[in-house]
Amino acid sequence: MRTLLILLRKEFILFRKNKFLPKIAFIFPCMVILVIPLVATMDVRHVGVAVVDFDQSTLSRDIVADMNASPFFSVSPFSSYESALTAVENGSVDVILELPRDFQANLESGNARPPHISANGVNGTKGSLGSGYVIESVAGSISGFLGMDVADKTTVTYFYNPTLEYRNYMIPALMIMLLIMICGFLPALNLVGEKESGTIEQMNVSPVSTPVFVLSKVVPYWIIGLVDISLAMLIALLVYGLAPAGSLFAIYLAAMLFVLVMSGIGIIIANFSDKMSQSMFLMLFVVLICVLMSGLLTPINSMPEWARYVTYALPPRYFIDIMRSVYLKATPMSALALQYLVLLGFAVVINALAALTYRKQK
Amino acid sequence: MEIDEVITAENLTKRFGNFTAVDAISFHVKRGEIFGFLGANGAGKSTAMRMLCGLSLPTSGKAAVAGYDIATESEKVKRHIGYMSQRFSLYDELTVRQNISLFAGIYGLGRKEISERCDALARELDFSAQMDVPVSVLPLGQQQKLAFSVATIHRPEVVFLDEPTGGVDPITRRRFWELIYRTAESGTAVFVTTHYMDEAEYCRRVSIMVDGKIKAMGTPSELKKKFDAADMDEVFRRLARNAQRQ
Repeated sequence: MRTLLILLRKEFILFRKNKFLPKIAFIFPCMVILVIPLVATMDVRHVGVAVVDFDQSTLSRDIVADMNASPFFSVSPFSSYESALTAVENGSVDVILELPRDFQANLESGNARPPHISANGVNGTKGSLGSGYVIESVAGSISGFLGMDVADKTTVTYFYNPTLEYRNYMIPALMIMLLIMICGFLPALNLVGEKESGTIEQMNVSPVSTPVFVLSKVVPYWIIGLVDISLAMLIALLVYGLAPAGSLFAIYLAAMLFVLVMSGIGIIIANFSDKMSQSMFLMLFVVLICVLMSGLLTPINSMPEWARYVTYALPPRYFIDIMRSVYLKATPMSALALQYLVLLGFAVVINALAALTYRKQK
Repeated sequence: MEIDEVITAENLTKRFGNFTAVDAISFHVKRGEIFGFLGANGAGKSTAMRMLCGLSLPTSGKAAVAGYDIATESEKVKRHIGYMSQRFSLYDELTVRQNISLFAGIYGLGRKEISERCDALARELDFSAQMDVPVSVLPLGQQQKLAFSVATIHRPEVVFLDEPTGGVDPITRRRFWELIYRTAESGTAVFVTTHYMDEAEYCRRVSIMVDGKIKAMGTPSELKKKFDAADMDEVFRRLARNAQRQ
């Protein structure tokens, strides 16, 4: 225990004296939470709609007016389908709405020819969501025109994230990414750094036991990770007004377990690398798998079945479950007991492996 | 129990694939003895030393350091030895005092003992003014003296020095050897590799390794007599001339 404290003191002095690490640990969370939610948005706004109105009736003007009133569309009139298509090709239009001649008259006489909607598939999300929005808007205008009861219409309410803000979905994910990067990369860099400078020899000929040595490499990032996630939550609250709906304790407990897991992985990778570049490449690979396959950015439900089984072996999966549930839904900890236990299991096993794969004698 | 022989090696061998780096070497080192471990580059000195320190496992053969088997009780060995590697391996960014405290603490010295050792070393090494500067700013000779003092901070039974005086001037080397003598007098055996033959003369006994084997062993005067040489330099050259490895 005393040896651990002595080694930790050394780690903290070295961290403080390092020109690079303290800045990274502070600037990184700020950058990630401040900038990325602003730029990496998948919300569909300002869908460019080209309206080719051959009808020129009250109804067709209603349709255009309704769309103009919505923030989702920027509407521009075109005189022919061909000219609208040219606009799609140069990128200024995402969806074309063609209203056929006598659209209103046919509707009123009961044998309506449907309006024609075509969408640009290059930007798939914008195309499909955008055309969906157009359909919804046109249907709304028509039922309004026909004086149908509003109650007949289907309405969708999104729970937990009522505005469907992609940002609210992103921010907890970004916090997780932050911990993956800081707490996975830095311990690996630190340990391989000692290999490169040769100081590790001096440790290996000393009676420091491997579990104590590994702990001395993990614990500092544990603290840094918790400071960073606090910083990230503070920024999320101050800048985006997003406060965790559930308990802070639930978040911190999960973060503590998760950071242990990630730094353990970093140490294992460092144990098998002799060079900084080697460990970085391996770590990058692990991080990529963690980010892309554990449901951080894309829902697990939409993965192929085999991939869904793979996600059970990825520790971030459980942390993501906890973070999203607690942050957005205020799920009580008791409902997430399984996720906590799995994370705890990962933390124990991975750190035991880290100590076992660390060889003082080769 | 006092053991008189702090290092005993019997047929100690290390192979890397087909390459036999250390080929069945046998020797022993007594308490308080300065043992020079000579050999050309690539003769296998560092590999042998790393095995004795518990950094590397022998392929075959046996060795005991401070009474403990190096293969099965390496962690016990590590409590009783000091090691100074070829590369300066203290923490560059830490100050002299922080490095001393770190390693003294690792070897279980108490807080009071640590501060006493710091003061004693500051006096002995004439470091008083530099106790709180990062070790990276010290001149090489000072760094080596510090590394040696850190390696012996816990009064080990044997200290291993791997080319401790590379790259410094003769006066600085001479001063370093004064430190070695003082340590040996206090009962610590010193196991040292070197390329400087004048340093070999300072050793109580030397062994000369060629191509992984020990080709000669004895006191410097015995060896000079045996090879009919004027100095150790000549002894070394006669033996190393036939080396296969460069």
